[in-house]
Amino acid sequence: MECQECHIRPATLHLTNVVNGQKTEMHVCEHCAKENGYVSYGQEGYSLHNLLSGLFHMNPSTVQGHKHFSQAPAALACPKCGLTYNEFTRIGKFGCASCYETFEDNLNPIFRRVHSGNTKHEGKIPKRMGSGIEKKRKIAAYRESMQQFIQEEEFEKAAELRDKIRLLEQQSDEQEEGDS
Amino acid sequence: MSLENFMSDAISPWMKENGPDCDIVMSSRIRLARNFENRTFPLIAKAEDLDDVLDFFQESYQDADFNDRGKLQFLRIADLSPIEKKVFVEKHLISPHLAEHAEEAGVLLSESEQVSIMVNEEDHLRIQLYLPGFQLRKALSEAFEVDDWLEQKITYAFDEERGYLTTCPTNVGTGLRASVMMHLPALTMTHQMNRLTPAINQLGLVVRGIYGEGSEAQGNIYQISNQITLGKSEQDIVEDLESVVSQLVEQERQARETLTEELSIQLEDRIFRSYGTLRYSRIIESKEAATCLSDVRLGIDIGYIQDMPQSILNELMVLIQPGFLQHYAKRSLSGRERDVLRASLIRERLHLENN
Ligand SMILES: [Zn+2]
Ligand SMILES: [Zn+2]
Repeated sequence: MECQECHIRPATLHLTNVVNGQKTEMHVCEHCAKENGYVSYGQEGYSLHNLLSGLFHMNPSTVQGHKHFSQAPAALACPKCGLTYNEFTRIGKFGCASCYETFEDNLNPIFRRVHSGNTKHEGKIPKRMGSGIEKKRKIAAYRESMQQFIQEEEFEKAAELRDKIRLLEQQSDEQEEGDS
Repeated sequence: MSLENFMSDAISPWMKENGPDCDIVMSSRIRLARNFENRTFPLIAKAEDLDDVLDFFQESYQDADFNDRGKLQFLRIADLSPIEKKVFVEKHLISPHLAEHAEEAGVLLSESEQVSIMVNEEDHLRIQLYLPGFQLRKALSEAFEVDDWLEQKITYAFDEERGYLTTCPTNVGTGLRASVMMHLPALTMTHQMNRLTPAINQLGLVVRGIYGEGSEAQGNIYQISNQITLGKSEQDIVEDLESVVSQLVEQERQARETLTEELSIQLEDRIFRSYGTLRYSRIIESKEAATCLSDVRLGIDIGYIQDMPQSILNELMVLIQPGFLQHYAKRSLSGRERDVLRASLIRERLHLENN
């Protein structure tokens, strides 16, 4: 989604603007949010806390005129630990593993910001749940290169990969049946 | 306690060994953040839940043998005296955060103090592994061994998409913070660190002083670590850090060469003045002591000062900290008392070398 102010940068801030009970959504980039005073940042870059509150939690002093911003899922609470979305944005920390699921829809912009655009884990996998995930990663990688080969009309190589994928998929099916 | 015994207490056994490039890279550290799958994270957990975790560690790991590292010792931070807590922080065995949240916190230590696992820090587990010198990859593979070993009894909070789930979004994914402690006197003297630090930051790495966030580079010692934990493999994170550290090592060597060539007598003068200050002063503040120690260490590295071990900087940097001085005195000390004791301990320590 592109920023509705500059139409250049991607919109990373999704604000809900409530005027006289009328809700309108705003999708802007960080630059425009800052320019228009929707959010405020410190002089020396910003701490994560500022970042989180900047992303989701409008500081009333910086909101222009009569505009009032509120975030939609504020009351959302984690069923396991009870942390609300509001608290999460205020303290900038998760309360338990289930918080990740509960707030899933709002996490990508945060992770992107903190981890240079990354949202997906690429590293170590716990030994105990390892083999299944590794297989999935392998299949995804094979699929990608298979598409590449098809585009380059290297059908023999693509077929080779297709067979490998089938083999891997069969293995994981058998494993799942064995598990249940 | 004799000073010699006390000194051997001041630096962890692993620190007495030399590592690659140890004239510039003092130590390499790997930290992994992990949590239990079905427990509320320590930040908002109830005291009884945190006690459960401590009991689990006590029962499962007290005196456990981990590979060839000897027996592990589990300590409850609440059982330490305030001064002991400070000492643990100054030795980097626990974080200031853990010392502050002592009631429900613990630490599992290996004999050499090379492995320290903080329990109920911001995350349930913070696995730390240290190696002397520049050995990040080795430290990573050894930290993974510890991680795999712990995992035999613990189900970690892990998600296929997000990786290891942590309390703070800045640690999610690998939970990895890789860092090195570097002594960069020549780059600092030539004002190059001011230029290099922003460039290093741009590469997604953080530069800070020896005692953590916001602290200034006491004794020209800098800690450099990765910031991004998500979307890159641990190996890539470590390799990226390694390549920056290698370049810094190279630049520091060049700066030292330039200094000795162009400012030889001024540099020698500065180093020996600092040496004199350490040998003869009766009152010394920690900041001045750190600066002088850095000069003396540089003097040892480039050969102006002989018959003095390189490790003197590592040792004395810990020894001159307030916690250690009070540990030695076995009571709390006023600022002035500390400055006097600091000066006298440094004199004695240098004297030991000249006998
Ligand atoms: Zn814009
Ligand atoms: Zn939760």
